[in-house]
Amino acid sequence: MNILKLVWNYLLARPLNTTINILLLSLGIAVITILLIVNNQLEQKIETNARGIDLVVGAKGSPMQLILCNIFHIDFPTGNISLKEADRIARHRLVKTAIPLALGDSYAGYRIVGTNDTYASLYEGELANGTWYTKPLEVTIGATVSEMSGLKIGDRFASNHGLTAGGHAHNEHQYVVTGIMKPTYTVLDNLILTSVESVWKMHDESDEEDHEEHEEDAHEVDHDHSHHDEDHTHENADSHEHSRLVPSADAADTTLELTALLIKYRSPMGAIQLPRQINTGSNLQAASPAFETARLFSILGVGVDILMAFAYILIVISGLSIFIALYNSLKERRYDLAILRSMGASRKRIVVSILLEGGLLTLLGSVAGLILAHGAVILMTAFIPQVEKAGVSGLVFYAGEWIILAASLLLGLACAIIPAIQAYRTDISRVLAGNA
Amino acid sequence: MIRVSGLSFGYSSATSLTFPDFGVGKGEHILLLGESGSGKTTLLHILGGLLRKYSGSVMVDGTELSTLTETALDHFRAQRIGFVFQRNHLINALNVEKNLLMAPYLAGLPQRPERVSEVLESLGLAEKRRSRVTELSQGQAQRVAIARAVLNKPAILFADEPTSALDDRNCDRVIHTLMDAAEQNQSTLVVATHDQRLKDKIQNRIVLPAIQTNTSI
Repeated sequence: MNILKLVWNYLLARPLNTTINILLLSLGIAVITILLIVNNQLEQKIETNARGIDLVVGAKGSPMQLILCNIFHIDFPTGNISLKEADRIARHRLVKTAIPLALGDSYAGYRIVGTNDTYASLYEGELANGTWYTKPLEVTIGATVSEMSGLKIGDRFASNHGLTAGGHAHNEHQYVVTGIMKPTYTVLDNLILTSVESVWKMHDESDEEDHEEHEEDAHEVDHDHSHHDEDHTHENADSHEHSRLVPSADAADTTLELTALLIKYRSPMGAIQLPRQINTGSNLQAASPAFETARLFSILGVGVDILMAFAYILIVISGLSIFIALYNSLKERRYDLAILRSMGASRKRIVVSILLEGGLLTLLGSVAGLILAHGAVILMTAFIPQVEKAGVSGLVFYAGEWIILAASLLLGLACAIIPAIQAYRTDISRVLAGNA
Repeated sequence: MIRVSGLSFGYSSATSLTFPDFGVGKGEHILLLGESGSGKTTLLHILGGLLRKYSGSVMVDGTELSTLTETALDHFRAQRIGFVFQRNHLINALNVEKNLLMAPYLAGLPQRPERVSEVLESLGLAEKRRSRVTELSQGQAQRVAIARAVLNKPAILFADEPTSALDDRNCDRVIHTLMDAAEQNQSTLVVATHDQRLKDKIQNRIVLPAIQTNTSI
């Protein structure tokens, strides 16, 4: 026998009480830990995804939507901007790099991004297999896309309009996979990269199809449109000024459109001047990822705070419950303690045993809570694709969890301290004589 | 083994108990007789080191108890003294064996399973080793309490009213069990009781006078 076994047997002797106390505490701890895991990982994700992007320029609308759509690829575009205007911004003296994005289609829920080589290098994307896309309709896919959709090099697929699988399908043209990227643990893993020209081609043709289907009368306009497209490819060889963003395009072509530009400033001056110039001096909109994500967190923060408060209430209640359990059991155990004292247990040992009982309860509760939390996040990633896509993992552990363990141990000791003092003060002779 | 002289104990300044001088030899069995309230339990608790702050001299197994610190007294109790109480209080959360093993654990002695077997067998409890305490009959529980008291082979075994709640047959069994257990472990046995049935079992006795009440008013 030893003190730990004694305390353990006392806990086992009251199974219901012990279980409810552990359960209460573990729920509180689990909520806090889930928030810790998810919050930390999301923040980290957001930071890595927005790395190297100082400003997003797109069509007017919600600045947050602009960020969510063009950096995290979880919202719809605000609209289109003309290539001509985009070029003007790309040539601005305060802009170091400007990456064009042309969005609109997806495959199996994974977004197809028309862009250039700089975009992949933003996330240090490297090829695992195959080659980068070069010709229109060639794509290079992210690691998660390859894993989840099963697409391999050489596979062909038709894209869907929008972001969800099962949208209107562009069946007339098929993309072909030429390369697969290594995992970067950023949003890049969930994307299908292609050239801006591919997206244009897909939409010109699909417009044509749409129009044929729904607006037979507008045939002429349509014809004109596709003719124009041909024109500009032919004109490539001419000495026209070329677009800086999409070198194959004619800078003067007013029909070509992009979804957004990702901009990196040349100097900190950019942060001061560029957003204001764009927002007031053009019909484009500039949004700062840092500012918008901070705003997003402050909005989400309300929900997080409510959950946190709920968790703390649970923990306080479980602390009270443990205190009451120890206090009551001590009343029943006065005689036990007196007997132990008569057998030679010192006051100190009795105090230690009661503190240990409180500490052991909360330690078990918090360990159960941590396991519960990681289990819940693992289940969430397994069953909710959005969580999996966001790159949240239940198998990541944080230093904060040690703090949770230590704090709950302290809670247990705190709950046990009054009962322990009472036990310390008990007059064994009186208890044994039945006078107290 | 025990030598008491000039002993008095005050719960408060108003009520104070004075005890006669006496001595008990090694291995002796002795009855501590007296009416309820005569201070039997108090004397037993002083002798067993559960009560301190008495005046006078109490030598137990060669040690003057008043010279020991509280911790030293705890240690002394653990190693040299066994108690059997009227309510044979066992720890319900532990089974029979674990209840017994608390004794050597608290005394800092090795926890030997064969010693547990030996004691349980001598008390006819061998098959109850793994039983829950709550499943025992009152008589069995009483014997487990005796087993626990003698497990460390204490120098002195104190029993406080061990038989007063029992019928004649059980009373007989318990006092014989106690005497046998004390004998087997070479312990001095001190039984505090007002139970008249024990008078012809143990010849040595100390009789405490009924408490002196102030009747002058």
